Amino acid sequence: MSGPIRQPDPVTDEELRRLRWQCRRGMLELDHLLSGFLDRGYRDLDARGRTEFLALLDNQDQELSDWFMSRSIPEDPVVRDLVRHIVAVVTPRRT
Amino acid sequence: MSIPSRHFDALIIGAGGAGLNAALQLASADVRVAVVSKVFPTRSHTVAAQGGVNAALANVLPDNWHWHMFDTVKGSDYLGDQDAIEFMCREAIPTVYELEHAGVPFSRLDNGKIYQRAFGGQSQDFGGDQAARTCAAADRTGHAILHTLYQQNIRARTHFFDEFFALDLVRDKDGVIAGALVLEIETGEPLLIEAKATLLATGGCGQVFRTTSNAHINTGDGCAMALRAGIPLMDMEFYQFHPTGIAGKGMLITEGVRGEGGFLVNKDGERFMERYAPRAKDLASRDVVSRSIVTEVKEGRGAGENGDYILLKLDHLGAEVIDKRLPGIRESSRIFAGADPIREPIPVFPTAHYAMGGIPTDRFGRVVVPVGSGSEQVVAGLYAAGECACASVHGANRLGGNSLLDILVFGRLAGKDIIDFVRENPYQRSVDPASLEEAMSRLTRWDQKGGGVPAHQLRAEFRKCMEDHAGVFRTEEVMAEGYQRLCELRDQFKDARLTDHSKVFNTARIEALELQNLIDVGLSIAVSALHRKESRGAHSRPDYPNRDDVHWMKHSLYYREADRMDYKPVRTKPLTVESFPPKERVY
Ligand SMILES: Cc1cc2nc3c(=O)[nH]c(=O)nc-3n(C[C@H](O)[C@H](O)[C@H](O)COP(=O)(O)OP(=O)(O)OC[C@H]3O[C@@H](n4cnc5c(N)ncnc54)[C@H](O)[C@@H]3O)c2cc1C
Repeated sequence: MSGPIRQPDPVTDEELRRLRWQCRRGMLELDHLLSGFLDRGYRDLDARGRTEFLALLDNQDQELSDWFMSRSIPEDPVVRDLVRHIVAVVTPRRT
Repeated sequence: MSIPSRHFDALIIGAGGAGLNAALQLASADVRVAVVSKVFPTRSHTVAAQGGVNAALANVLPDNWHWHMFDTVKGSDYLGDQDAIEFMCREAIPTVYELEHAGVPFSRLDNGKIYQRAFGGQSQDFGGDQAARTCAAADRTGHAILHTLYQQNIRARTHFFDEFFALDLVRDKDGVIAGALVLEIETGEPLLIEAKATLLATGGCGQVFRTTSNAHINTGDGCAMALRAGIPLMDMEFYQFHPTGIAGKGMLITEGVRGEGGFLVNKDGERFMERYAPRAKDLASRDVVSRSIVTEVKEGRGAGENGDYILLKLDHLGAEVIDKRLPGIRESSRIFAGADPIREPIPVFPTAHYAMGGIPTDRFGRVVVPVGSGSEQVVAGLYAAGECACASVHGANRLGGNSLLDILVFGRLAGKDIIDFVRENPYQRSVDPASLEEAMSRLTRWDQKGGGVPAHQLRAEFRKCMEDHAGVFRTEEVMAEGYQRLCELRDQFKDARLTDHSKVFNTARIEALELQNLIDVGLSIAVSALHRKESRGAHSRPDYPNRDDVHWMKHSLYYREADRMDYKPVRTKPLTVESFPPKERVY
């Protein structure tokens, strides 16, 4: 994944709405991670990162859950980095 | 009003295990069937069921369906209908074999038979030694079942309407259900789906509570549609809470954590369970632990900035034990609570997990309503199955592994009954324009602009009020006050407005439509709970601590109109065996 860049492209409302529904999943854990990331991290992605996020959403719930919960590791390094990035963005920081 | 329409023999609303199993029966019999789902089918909540499905296969320990039946009747605290329970426990065995043949990759023993694990509440010989009854496909049973059923439906040419939101049922001039009005989420355009038979299979309603283990899609839509069609909901006060969900988020932290030696402390570091359950302590039953946690918080001993949770400590177990025996817990806690349990405790609070009640059906999935005194009538052409339905197999409490069983058995039976129904009723009924208009008004009201409470704010307030006043702590005073407030919120809903009036993928509008469903279903829970003056199964009241079989061994029926309650008797006579008379439930 290409990571945050300095001046990301603006995101249209329609794009966000469309994605928001794709973040509705069969497991609460995924709802939190994916929609949490949409709110807090998606805007900072560059065009490639956004395409990768969209592709990530096409995976099965069970597979996504295994990756996020570290039960398995995605083979594709791009997906692996994106999964890590999402977890880092969504995990609450404790002071 | 011109709304495009499509015609099918059968319409199924919901593509979880229940809906897909029903659809498969229909499509395989060449009945024209449509399945509507608000999310892509394999994103239905059934995918979250990792534990497994019960069937007395006797592959690991001796077992038979009659023992399974006994455990289920006892688990239901004698509120389950014994004919339906007998039927489900017998059907469990062919149902699991059917799934095996369909390709569900169940975990296996060395001899090739399906492996079965032991779950709480399972016994041999009517309350004797532990039984092992739960069949699982590793820890992905729900996923395996959902995928297998989906693939088979594709092969059988079931017609799917993916990402369509069902708004309301529609009727013909005689009041007979004739299909449903749905909304295509992508375009925001309505579509009328006319059908000879309609099955509601919309799953659970955990989102009515602030803290829940259920995904965001579980908003009780089918139950609310039934209520608005004048059908009562049954036994809604029986809602199962899991004592340890991640505070403020809801994800389950398994009982295994306490089984391995983890324990609960309040903000002063006190092991408070010693006060509530001196012997069993942290391993007391779910409702006792849940109520103790809420009591600590209510009495000001909750931890955190707002004092609104309790701490689950397991650092003393050491990293090795935690990683080895409690896989996933560390990850879950780190990601959702920001706490690594090898160093710091996990903030927890009871989480709403499973609805025992729902749309009343017989064991063929046909919706039934009382007429006059005592007798019941089938609502022609309307069916319900899965967590939104109440065939009355869980009564006042559900056993682990019995819910996947319920959705599969009754989904299948509903499908089979619909086949006969559409053959006997071959003509399409025409939808009454007034009924269609009423359903449309649910949608068009959100086009109104201007002031009013924002819908998302109302949603948060409603769910919090449900948690505080109709959750695990149920005294007359707490519930009566809650009912008042819920009614106020229901009134405010009439003036709720949206700021986003776009059409394409307007998720705010979908959430507002869901909010109406949450309000209707939430009130059914709150009102039913307020009226039941006893403690039974998951409904536990400190002011009426005992089960009262003389006055309360009966099913509740809640009607939306005027929040009216009615009751009907429990069916204590099984199909072929002797009844299990009510006994005190000790484990
Ligand atoms: C975390 C968790 C773990 C669980 N583990 C187990 C277990 O191990 N064993 C067990 O037996 N049970 C378990 N359960 C319970 C079990 O998973 C559910 O009760 C069951 O999966 C419900 O299946 P269903 O087919 O009724 O509904 P769901 O699978 O929830 O499907 C509902 C369907 O309805 C659709 N829908 C809803 N509203 C609308 C609408 N308005 N318009 C269009 N479509 C709509 C949805 O899109 C979805 O397709 C668990 C529950 C949870 C929360």
